[in-house]
Amino acid sequence: MSNFFDKSDLNRNEAETIVSDTLKKCDDGELYLENSKSESILLDDNKIKKSSYNSDLGFGFRAVSGEIVAYSHSNEISKNSLKQSSENLKSTLKSAKGNYDYSIPKSNKKYYTNINPIEEKTLNSKIEILNKVNEYLRKKDNNVKQVTANFSGEQKSVEIIRSGGETLTDVRPLVRFNVSVMLEKNGKKESGVYGIGGRQSYDDYLTNDNWKNVCDEAFRIASVNLDSKPAPAGEMKVVLGPGWPAILIHEAIGHGLEGDFNRKKTSAFHNLMGQKVASEGVTIIDDGTLDNRRGSLTIDDEGTPTEKTVLIENGILKNFMQDRLNARLMKTRSTGSGRRENYRHIVLPRMRNTMMLSGKQTQDEMIKSVDRGIFAVSFGGGQVDITSGKFVFNCTEAYEIINGKIGSPIKGATLIGDGPSILKEVSMVGNDMMLDPGIGTCGKAGQGVPVGVAQPSILINKMTVGGTNL
Amino acid sequence: MVKDQEYLEKKASYCLDLAKKLGATDISVNVGNSISETVNFRNKKLDESNRSDNLGIDITTFIGKKKSSISSSNLLEDNLNILIEKCIQTTKNTPEDEFNSLPDKDLLAQEVKDFNLYDDTHLENDSKAEYLTRLEAAASNDKKIVNTESSFVENKSNFILANSDGFCKGFKSSSFVASSVAVAKDAKSMERDYEYTHKCHLNDIKNAEELGKKAAEYTLRKLSPKKIGSEKISIIFDKRIAKGILSTFASAISASAISRGTSFLKDKINQKIFSDTVNIFDKPDIFKGQGSRSFDSEGVRTDTLKLVEQGVLKNYLIDTYSGRKLNLKSNGRCGGTSNLYFENGKISYKDLINSNPKCLYITETIGHGSNIVTGDYSVGATGFLIENGEFKHPINEITIAGNFKDMFQNLTLANDLEFEYSTNSPTMMIEGMVVAGK
Repeated sequence: MSNFFDKSDLNRNEAETIVSDTLKKCDDGELYLENSKSESILLDDNKIKKSSYNSDLGFGFRAVSGEIVAYSHSNEISKNSLKQSSENLKSTLKSAKGNYDYSIPKSNKKYYTNINPIEEKTLNSKIEILNKVNEYLRKKDNNVKQVTANFSGEQKSVEIIRSGGETLTDVRPLVRFNVSVMLEKNGKKESGVYGIGGRQSYDDYLTNDNWKNVCDEAFRIASVNLDSKPAPAGEMKVVLGPGWPAILIHEAIGHGLEGDFNRKKTSAFHNLMGQKVASEGVTIIDDGTLDNRRGSLTIDDEGTPTEKTVLIENGILKNFMQDRLNARLMKTRSTGSGRRENYRHIVLPRMRNTMMLSGKQTQDEMIKSVDRGIFAVSFGGGQVDITSGKFVFNCTEAYEIINGKIGSPIKGATLIGDGPSILKEVSMVGNDMMLDPGIGTCGKAGQGVPVGVAQPSILINKMTVGGTNL
Repeated sequence: MVKDQEYLEKKASYCLDLAKKLGATDISVNVGNSISETVNFRNKKLDESNRSDNLGIDITTFIGKKKSSISSSNLLEDNLNILIEKCIQTTKNTPEDEFNSLPDKDLLAQEVKDFNLYDDTHLENDSKAEYLTRLEAAASNDKKIVNTESSFVENKSNFILANSDGFCKGFKSSSFVASSVAVAKDAKSMERDYEYTHKCHLNDIKNAEELGKKAAEYTLRKLSPKKIGSEKISIIFDKRIAKGILSTFASAISASAISRGTSFLKDKINQKIFSDTVNIFDKPDIFKGQGSRSFDSEGVRTDTLKLVEQGVLKNYLIDTYSGRKLNLKSNGRCGGTSNLYFENGKISYKDLINSNPKCLYITETIGHGSNIVTGDYSVGATGFLIENGEFKHPINEITIAGNFKDMFQNLTLANDLEFEYSTNSPTMMIEGMVVAGK
């Protein structure tokens, strides 16, 4: 646990007094203190290209009145700096007449342990694994022309001081191990990427030479793509594999169910609460309480314990994801979804681990039912335009389906669809729900936060595939 | 007030001295401070104010050919002592890399030229609010506009880059950015679009009313879009999308991608990769230019580069490390380009629009669909159908796809270049792309 006032001319009592004084006529707000330590060790082009360490310390002071948010942040935890921030907030909210809501729910549950993953494994043993990865992949096949592998680890300590002095704390470990490989055959180049991670120590993911599995998977994806042909262009049926392809749910549906876009009525879902937005059998939840998952949080960045929030139940829209501000303005409660990238940013309602639950069908049944379409197994990034509802994502491993059979692999193509209607086009939900391997980062308003996704195989009746083959 | 040169130099030299004492043979330090103040409006009312004060230091230590780095936002000496010690320890334990080194001394910048990048004017938040009030009034004139959001950001920053070869230079810069986003709704659709302005000097930013009006106009014209069929077609890229294609080109000619063999433009130096009429420059000495600078992030002097001349690739963007691998000298592009632009083409915007009986005009793309390893390009797009030079109707839920190798050869530029940002392009047409729709 960090002591934020150790090396400062500001003591905890003084900080609490400034917080309470600044927020007395406000509806909400807090002082958020953060100390994070992170490392990155990168092997690339046969060499350890980078070994870096970062230590980041700062505070963000927020005052909320009605719909207005005043925010100020600094790296200097000092009397002067906090007072300057306080003056800045007060000048924005000169005419605030709010009633501070002191209540905040409590929970004793923790979803990860208080470790510093950077210190749990020596630099030499990390470098050793990276070198083994390089050697293993280059020996595996002569077509391997480039290998990149990296460890990134972080420990983030946060402390939230609310008006009246209530203090909430959390220590969050996070690691990721990633391998990328490029193959070249007959002048054609393709790459494959795979990674694993979550809120445990590196060795929890790397037992029994598990790094080999990560290498094999990256290699497999690149090899499949070496044999790929141009993707088709136009509307067709799409079967999505289980696990990481749930990024579709994240982009198409998830963002549109975040509280801020719905309070502002800029989401295509804002007036659909209680209505049917998906096919029967489609249930989607956002869960911050899965042990050690990348998107899990013991408390969110406002201090609210996280929970399992049902967003869509059997096709019906049930809940939005809320932080305190949007919950108050929409007269509901926070779902523990208030998150920020770090102390430099304001809190926004965000996803945690977004999951579509299993149904009854098998992936086989889905493939067999398709005359012409594609089977998408893995994806790169995605993006959504909340207002028009249109979303895209990029296939990194996909195959054509012809007459109920999986055919040749196809080149990476963008799929585009319409968020509000896509879930109504889901005609089969598989029995094979899977979590992603722990690699997702979600971007919103310039802030990246770690998230997870999960889904079973699903069949979508109609999506536009952005290939080049007409 | 943003920290002055003296404060930053003192921190930098403290770190250089300590790292040297602890056994580093070469050291590089970058220390900076930036302060920004933002005011956001939504639906004509104050929504958010944000003051941000960022300190940061990056230190790289070398012991012979071993290298490691640390960074921190905490500049207290206690913390720096711990971090530098850690950095030296890590350096010792990191394997050697023969290409690791500081830049060649004779390439380092000798002077910091004044490109007039700093405007000392401080605009009080009340004045920012006043600008946004006028902007939002102009943006919400039409009844179909159902939501407006706007923002005014003032930023001042300063930095010092120092190394153990005696380099120690930095400069102040400022920026003023205003943006307007509008949401419009009709019976069939809800759409969003934007406009923004970004300048080093307050007096150069666009007028508030003009900005709000443009954002509303761009949004309204997108209402009731149609989806179109899949076909091979010519695509015209609005300037704001065209500059993104130029940025992708820049990442594909970075010496890092070239030396690693992960670029579709590897081994294409002195070959014709664009059509004859295309010239691309990176010019670091533009007065008030947002990308202007005297040296790159390693201290290497930055001169104007002709990247593409009459369609032929003439230069890569070279940093010290990748340069050594390729046996080339750094050309001052560590950290990327400065002011990058396509030179004007030969035909007018109007003639470009009229050059095909049917084409698409793209104003926005979504997705991360540019693959610089293969050159494959496939993104979601919105825009307009153009027939015989006339804008027929808005379109959405389509993708556009091709491969940069072909796209570059089939590229035509209009003569409407403006220097608005650090990367700029005239309106661009690429023939023979594939649109996927219905």
